Amino acid sequence: MTYDLVVIGGGPAGVAGALTAALAGLRVALIDSGARLGGQYFRHAAAHGTGHAAESGLARFLRLGERLGERADLLLRHQVWHISQNDGGDFTVHCNGPDGGPVAVRARRLLIATGAHDRPLPFPGWDLPGVLTAGGAQALLKGNGVVPGRRVVVGGTGPFLLPVATGLAEAGARVLGVYEANGGLGLARHPLLAMGKAGEAAGYAATLARHLVPYRTRRAVVAAHGEREVQAVTVARLDQDWNVLATRVVECDTVAVGYGFVPQIELGLQLGCGTRQDVDGSPVLSVDSAQRTTVPGVWAAGEPTGVGGWQLSELEGRIAGRSIAERPVAGVLTRRRDRGRAFGAALQRAYPVKAGWQGWLRADTLVCRCEEVPLARVREARDLGATDARSVKLLARPGMGWCQGRICGYAVSCLAGEPQQPSRRPIAQPVSLGALADTADGIPDDPATDPVDDPAH
Amino acid sequence: MTFHITIDGRQVPVVPGQTIGAALHAAGVRSWRTTRFGGRPRGLFCGIGVCFDCLISVNGRAPERACLLEAAPGDEVTTS
Amino acid sequence: MSDVIVVGAGVVGAACAYYAARAGLDVTVIDRGPVAGGTTGSGEGNVLVSDKEPGPELELAVLSNGLWRSLAERHDRQAGPGAHGGFEFEAKGGLVVAETDEIQRRLVELAAEQGLEHVLVSGPELRDYEPRLAEGLAGGVLYPQDAQVQPMLAAARLLRDGADSFGRGTLHLRLGVTVTGFVHSGERVTGVRTSHGDVLGGAVINAAGTWGGEVAALAGVTLPILPRRGFILVTEPLPEPLIKHKVYTAAYVTNVASDSADLETSAVVEGTPAGTVLIGASRERVGFDRTTSVPVLARLAAQAVALFPALREARAIRSYCGFRPYCPDHLPVIGADPRLPGLYHACGHEGAGIGLAPATGHLLAQVLTGQTPDLDLKPFRPDRFSEDSP
Repeated sequence: MTYDLVVIGGGPAGVAGALTAALAGLRVALIDSGARLGGQYFRHAAAHGTGHAAESGLARFLRLGERLGERADLLLRHQVWHISQNDGGDFTVHCNGPDGGPVAVRARRLLIATGAHDRPLPFPGWDLPGVLTAGGAQALLKGNGVVPGRRVVVGGTGPFLLPVATGLAEAGARVLGVYEANGGLGLARHPLLAMGKAGEAAGYAATLARHLVPYRTRRAVVAAHGEREVQAVTVARLDQDWNVLATRVVECDTVAVGYGFVPQIELGLQLGCGTRQDVDGSPVLSVDSAQRTTVPGVWAAGEPTGVGGWQLSELEGRIAGRSIAERPVAGVLTRRRDRGRAFGAALQRAYPVKAGWQGWLRADTLVCRCEEVPLARVREARDLGATDARSVKLLARPGMGWCQGRICGYAVSCLAGEPQQPSRRPIAQPVSLGALADTADGIPDDPATDPVDDPAH
Repeated sequence: MTFHITIDGRQVPVVPGQTIGAALHAAGVRSWRTTRFGGRPRGLFCGIGVCFDCLISVNGRAPERACLLEAAPGDEVTTS
Repeated sequence: MSDVIVVGAGVVGAACAYYAARAGLDVTVIDRGPVAGGTTGSGEGNVLVSDKEPGPELELAVLSNGLWRSLAERHDRQAGPGAHGGFEFEAKGGLVVAETDEIQRRLVELAAEQGLEHVLVSGPELRDYEPRLAEGLAGGVLYPQDAQVQPMLAAARLLRDGADSFGRGTLHLRLGVTVTGFVHSGERVTGVRTSHGDVLGGAVINAAGTWGGEVAALAGVTLPILPRRGFILVTEPLPEPLIKHKVYTAAYVTNVASDSADLETSAVVEGTPAGTVLIGASRERVGFDRTTSVPVLARLAAQAVALFPALREARAIRSYCGFRPYCPDHLPVIGADPRLPGLYHACGHEGAGIGLAPATGHLLAQVLTGQTPDLDLKPFRPDRFSEDSP
């Protein structure tokens, strides 16, 4: 059978879009690799009745998820590795099913709501166990109820460091410091205030103060030390271009770092969707006012169209859902979306990544963790005639490994001296050759869904 | 309501719904494989299925991402 | 002003530049992109003799095979043993396998005609060479000369060694410069017009690969070079090497020379120093369409798994496609263009460009310096496609 709509991604954008379309009468499936809906922001433990369920938005999100479950097929634990467009114009979504076997889902329309992941920057020792991305620390805490460490240093840039640090502190970790590489003015002049988020900023400030967590701007974790795992970090005071002015060593067992986010757009790229450069240079999917991408039949919502936070994502999902169901989109929604986008863009401007981080690296600092490519080999590739990130990758292998450059892609682009280009990843998730072989005609049978092909409703 | 998995024969407690990576990390096991070239220890990094640092072999299967894989009672994982 | 301008910094252009510099000529290499940004950057790095039918291409392949070896040895004399030429040169040998007795009989015949060093392998002996091969194969032929290089590194290293080894200033690399036309003086080509101004030279070598026909057209001559799309699947790094040789099925040999426009696939499987397994090969004539074809990837996977059942559990982590430049008679174009003095061609090598690059560069350097080339270039002459050509 062919769904009217297949949504990829079970975060705020995907759930809102799927539910809106399902309520309008469309036959909808939502696919997510996780065991539960929520995405990165509304990640929650299996037993969610307790603890932070009352947290802003989560309880409401969970209700939406329940309603969606009644009206749509939820294909959880399904990893989408490729989407192709068929001759008739509809789409086949190729997944690894929960048991690793091939599952193909057909759709007349698609909503890409695949979110974003942390954007890490390399620094000496960043591959030591105990160094986590900020999102990784958050996932341990919110998704698993695990406090990532006892003595934790939080670093990077952007407002996301605040919920991570306060979450860790409230869960009992000793947060030794929040080191924000930008700013220079401290929490008292935090951009959230200027953007009308005084309540949110004040809440974080109060929590940090209650747990005696220092918040320091123009500081960064520039090296991690230890043998088998992290035992200390070097924290540097930075100038406004992030060059190191002075350093000191802080003993800790865990580090959470994040320098913004990387929108996950590869499924859109597989379909040929057009892209644009976001304020921070990230390639994102181009969408019109109704969240339509440049490919007819494909919509996108949330971070893949530009990072702006969960509320904006949800709005975009609702707008996409209306548009997909060919319903009018209320002006109140689009106006709120446009304000949200302006806010997201302002945050990206307030928390840029400055070039000085490249000076934190040593010749032997790994740039690519998967293929263990140190900075020296990247330089050697440039010396051999690699004038762009792609040829650096071809000559020195950064980005050739398991993660396909998701982790190091931004850094390699910077080191190659060019803005980040959209990365073609025809295989978006590893797929076993056995499963691929069983897709011999390109479309395996779909055990997850009803084979009867009848029109929706 | 916890159950156990084993890593190289050692028991590790799991709260239902936790991933294998989270259970190991909570038990103080922070690395479970070494890299191909430098022999560097690897455990959780991105925690959300993107970086593949946390690959681990469960019940003899090909390595999977420990941060995505929900632990099941009796799972046996091996370091490499 | 250079003696020679090479258009194209792929492996063929790099080899042309290297051997010209080695012959004492001043060379400027121009490419609109980076080093190895086109077909070179999307190949497997085959240095094969085994897949060629007897004839001029086989002679070219044998010459080139020897040159790759000496290039690697020459580099390692300076860089130290184990440097593998600086481009992962591996003389791993190729194993062609036959599914049936009839195919094995034809493989044995072909091997006899080729006159190459080879070992006939019976069905039961196959696993002595490749322990993880599937059961039930009829046999095969092992070609010890078959080798592999990392093609992007090979191109970059040739350019670097060419610039460093033969006197400073003999080899200039100009990347990000697009050739937009040719400079003529009377009947002769005396340079190229580019996005960054005119570049003058005594001779221009068109080494633009799949885009060689377009560069020729800028000069006003016709070369019928068209793209043939090929996909390659790459697995995650495997914990231990499963595959020692380049292993492929006999169908690869027939497909290489095929004239069909339709999709053809055959299993070509090999390990790499990085631990990954590369799986090819597909051939389609679909223009420059990069859209991933799941049915093609599925067929490649199925064929690889049929050959090596242990690969079932291995995961593909990426795939890529490239456009192999082919001519109607499946031979490359190498030599002076009699229609336009000063213009030389070195393109149209189809899927064998990596393997054939050094011989191509070496022979052209001989032509440019007035020597008699080691091989007769007549079968590769650029004007062979015109109607009045004999």
